[in-house]
Amino acid sequence: MAYLLAALGGALGALARWGLAEAFPHSPAGLPWATLGVNLTGCLLLGVLTSVLVARAPGSPWARPFLGVGVLGGFTTYSTFAVEVVRLADAGAAGTAVVYVLVSVLGGVAAAAVGTLAGRALAGAPR
Amino acid sequence: MTPWLVVAGALVGAPLRLLAERIAVNRRGPGSVLGTLSVNVVGSALLGLLLGAAAVPPWVTALVGVGLCGTVTTFSTFGTEVVRLAERRRPGRAAAYVVATVLLGLAAAAAGFVLGRTI
Repeated sequence: MAYLLAALGGALGALARWGLAEAFPHSPAGLPWATLGVNLTGCLLLGVLTSVLVARAPGSPWARPFLGVGVLGGFTTYSTFAVEVVRLADAGAAGTAVVYVLVSVLGGVAAAAVGTLAGRALAGAPR
Repeated sequence: MTPWLVVAGALVGAPLRLLAERIAVNRRGPGSVLGTLSVNVVGSALLGLLLGAAAVPPWVTALVGVGLCGTVTTFSTFGTEVVRLAERRRPGRAAAYVVATVLLGLAAAAAGFVLGRTI
């Protein structure tokens, strides 16, 4: 059951990621804004979701597989990020590649931390 | 057509990632991040290979690249796992996880990309 929920959620998340990538294309040497936006937003939302579930619905059999593993897991992507870094370096934009790595990784972890705290506040849980 | 190919790839990618997470937890105990690390590294290598190769038809890129590789890998789970390790007073493990994900993931993508070009 969890695998089916993850598959359905993943399909929704991937569709949203694809739609945003189509809507916001980037130049070969430019910062990949679509992937960056998707990954930072997804980290923030998964932080919120995880905290809220821990506080309010720890036993929910569907919420984590569908929303966490599926929708948000499939919305965000590591492989696209990694290959975009390689392509930036390949296009001679090494500086942009380094900035992209730092903003994605540090920003993603920071967004997840902010989301975690915000989720606890929303759920009325102790921080 | 393209959105359906993305969906088809994602329908396989997301449960594969859940399977990897569960295998890691069964073998290494609750909270293991090795499942996420593995799918992120393998998915990056496969996407690098695909996008490095010249003669890949667009439908394969949508199905295997955007759908499968994009979905089997994840950034949000990585981010929240780092926060969880840090909160459980395991800063060393959190830092090692970040470094391993970045170095192994980028090396895998680069290796796949270079190999793809030779095909």
